[in-house]
Amino acid sequence: MRDERPLSHVSAPVLALLAAGLALQIGLHYLTPAPQAKADDLPLPPSTSMLRVASLGEPIALAKVLMLHLQAFDYQSGSKMPYKDLDYTRLEAWLARILELDPAGQYPLLAAARLYAEVPQEAKQRSMMDFIYRQYFIDPNRRWPWLAHATFLAKHRLKDMGLARKYASTIEKYTTAKDVPPWATSMEIFILEDMNELEAARIMIGGLLASGKINDRAELSFLNQRLLEIEERLKRGDGKKG
Amino acid sequence: MLQHILPIARYTLLEALRNRLLWLALTLVAAGLALTAFLQQVAITESNQIQVALLAAVLRVGAVFMIASFVVTGMVREFNDKVTELILSRPLRRGSYFFGKLAGYAAVALMLALISSMPLILFAPASRVALWGLSLACELLIVASVSLFCVLSLAQVISALAAVAGFYLLARTIGALQIIAANPLSDGTALSQQFINFAVDAIAFLLPGLDRMTQTGWLIHGAPAAAEVTGVLAQTAVYLLLMCGASLFDLQRKNF
Repeated sequence: MRDERPLSHVSAPVLALLAAGLALQIGLHYLTPAPQAKADDLPLPPSTSMLRVASLGEPIALAKVLMLHLQAFDYQSGSKMPYKDLDYTRLEAWLARILELDPAGQYPLLAAARLYAEVPQEAKQRSMMDFIYRQYFIDPNRRWPWLAHATFLAKHRLKDMGLARKYASTIEKYTTAKDVPPWATSMEIFILEDMNELEAARIMIGGLLASGKINDRAELSFLNQRLLEIEERLKRGDGKKG
Repeated sequence: MLQHILPIARYTLLEALRNRLLWLALTLVAAGLALTAFLQQVAITESNQIQVALLAAVLRVGAVFMIASFVVTGMVREFNDKVTELILSRPLRRGSYFFGKLAGYAAVALMLALISSMPLILFAPASRVALWGLSLACELLIVASVSLFCVLSLAQVISALAAVAGFYLLARTIGALQIIAANPLSDGTALSQQFINFAVDAIAFLLPGLDRMTQTGWLIHGAPAAAEVTGVLAQTAVYLLLMCGASLFDLQRKNF
């Protein structure tokens, strides 16, 4: 307990000074416009080594803070087109730096796939998907979900089946972890089907079934059914050969 | 009242000179110049900008650290040596003692701001450096007044310095924290989110906008607009008023 005099010892001018100071501070703050991170305020990021120095030995903590700060740029709650004015070259540079500071972190790739790649501007979508594609190769077993999402975007949003197939076949080829669900590594089959590349899809399903990688009975049955359907379509003369 | 304030201010200033605080400031300038000259050699482009940005940042933080630690350690030493009690046993008001100390620390802050600004003239136009230096002086005045308030309330070196450091970091980052809190990607209408927004905004109301002061961009990209400079001056005046009120409130309730 502090040894203090009662409040009555405080003189009236001091109380008035304190009240005036408080009122003026609140008033001044009220008049100052609220801080806002506009898209054109996003600067180029410093080098990774500079950021490591600035992190004072806590690169992961810095990466987390930078990510939270980055996502506030050009995002207005309720806006129909958030991030539309962002410079994507700078944005990519920031995301890459954050991933370099915390390579195991998933937040930058989640933001790339779910936020920045979903703007209604094709060029920006493509550049962000390409970023995800390049980043995938650094750690395929951890980063495959974001390339899978990019595959979905390429197929359904951009309607670019060639790009979707490229991403899907990359996941199939380079993702080796045991805990990756089979749907992720077999996406290429369905894309080939949609592209009417039925012969190639048939070979891929056959290969997948023969490989013994699929153990789930429901999935085996589903793939067998698809194989039969494709063979049926091929007999009817549908699809491109090869 | 002035006859009591001026001697106390003079002795506070004398203490700074005898503590070799100004020599320390000059040493920091020399070290900053050496460090940034080295980095300038390494840089491929924008070497002048790198030099001025890093030098300004180092000198700004160094000056803030020096003024805060000088105020806190000087006041705690006076408490421990019973100098404060000796002065207050004389026929003078507590307010005179407080304003004497504040005037002395303000003079030290102005000297530190001047010393920190001088080397920047080598790399940036003098008019921009002058405005940057003016803003630094304002920032140091705020830090000195907050340090004085903290040490009068807490009377311990560690706790007072920690409080000043916390205040400074929060005041420098509150703008960014407000932006992050105001733009949640998850449900912004959730009660917890609204409470966090309210808390961050409430804290911001009580903090000076140090993130808008002494910006390195003023040295590199262009002088601040008149409204920005006016805002800095107004913020300094208002916050000094608030800190004077809070410190005197605490000092008048203190039993020595």
